[in-house]
Amino acid sequence: MMPISLPRRFSMVAAILLLFVASTARAAAPQPVTIRIDNFTFAPAELSVPAGTTVTWVNGDDIPHTVVAVDKSFRSKALDTGDGYSQTLSMPGTVDYFCGLHPHMTGRITVTP
Amino acid sequence: MNDGEQPGGIGRRGALHCMVWAGTGVLWGLSGGVPRSLGLVGEAMAAPTSGFTFLQISDSHVGFDKPANPNALGTLQEAVARIGALPQKPDFLIHTGDISHLSKPKEFDDADQVIGGAGLPVHYVPGEHDLLDDGTGQAYRDRYGRGSQGAGWYSFDAAGVHFIGLVNVVDLKAGGLGNLGHEQLEWLEDDLRGKSSSTPIVVFAHIPLWTVYADWGWGTEDAAQALSYLKRFGSVTVLNGHIHQLMQKVEGDVVFHTAMSTAFPQPAPGSAPSPGPMTVPADRLRSLLGTTRVTVLPGTKPLAIVDTPLSAS
Repeated sequence: MMPISLPRRFSMVAAILLLFVASTARAAAPQPVTIRIDNFTFAPAELSVPAGTTVTWVNGDDIPHTVVAVDKSFRSKALDTGDGYSQTLSMPGTVDYFCGLHPHMTGRITVTP
Repeated sequence: MNDGEQPGGIGRRGALHCMVWAGTGVLWGLSGGVPRSLGLVGEAMAAPTSGFTFLQISDSHVGFDKPANPNALGTLQEAVARIGALPQKPDFLIHTGDISHLSKPKEFDDADQVIGGAGLPVHYVPGEHDLLDDGTGQAYRDRYGRGSQGAGWYSFDAAGVHFIGLVNVVDLKAGGLGNLGHEQLEWLEDDLRGKSSSTPIVVFAHIPLWTVYADWGWGTEDAAQALSYLKRFGSVTVLNGHIHQLMQKVEGDVVFHTAMSTAFPQPAPGSAPSPGPMTVPADRLRSLLGTTRVTVLPGTKPLAIVDTPLSAS
């Protein structure tokens, strides 16, 4: 049997490992979620997602809105009509957020482990 | 109950007349705090007055190009042209915020160029649309905030009237309304200290300082505190924008007034699922946009407020 050189064997192992990591990561990544902003309302206003979910807010109004975490952990720029803002929620817990321009607009995301 | 007449002076509620023009015009009077129409008025109402006047312009939203008004800069130009055509030139303009739609430099540049065409001094306060730059308002303060405090509040005197420009669109809290904040309230209390209670006061800010409709955020969280400092004054006129429609309320010696936008109308409180630009037939748009002129007549306390839509002949 022809011996495989050490560097070559190492790269094969690395490749297999990489494949393994990539496939498990793909399996574990939760479905991304979209929250619509229409008529000065976040919809859905409340939802529950597993940790690691990427949430995207999309503004459908003719007026700009922002997405601001109450605990100040994130803050979007002003979203004009059709603009979106994404945030990956990796920590389990409750994320309360609101529109920094129209603070009567509020929403809550429960992030489960 | 009397209609506002008080011994030794003209009562505010009895004497204040707010004249709203639409087509031929409707004259409004306020009696006992209740607005009632006094009938149609003609061109004669446009006769020049001898008093000191200033003009309020609001919510120009330069940069807005959606169906409710594809050319907000154009309607601002029309408003400024009307100011230029007034029989009596106002002493200055007050802009109650939302100069721009998205705080872009070009929007501010365009607004400055058009409003500058009036050739009058302008006193600004910011709306929430003016603080959307990366510096959350630095662009506004660099351009309009010279000599102001904090987020852009200030006061000045003209023709014996004390004018106070307040900022209630900064540091808004989740679930809340407009916000003045502790620092600004302290400044206000200090600013009014030592002023004679017979000094007429004009307060202007973007979001209404009275709760027009809390469900839509049309009010200011800590306005009551500010108004408590103004209580002892015999004549207080509060001018706001933000809601893009005329609304007036009298509470004691305080008259609250909101102006029309020069860009687009918004629905009446609760009449639609949400606030926001309201698309109306093109031939109606200009009847819902306009400016507000305020006259201070020497020797009388109350200020006369006239709202003029862009469509007024």
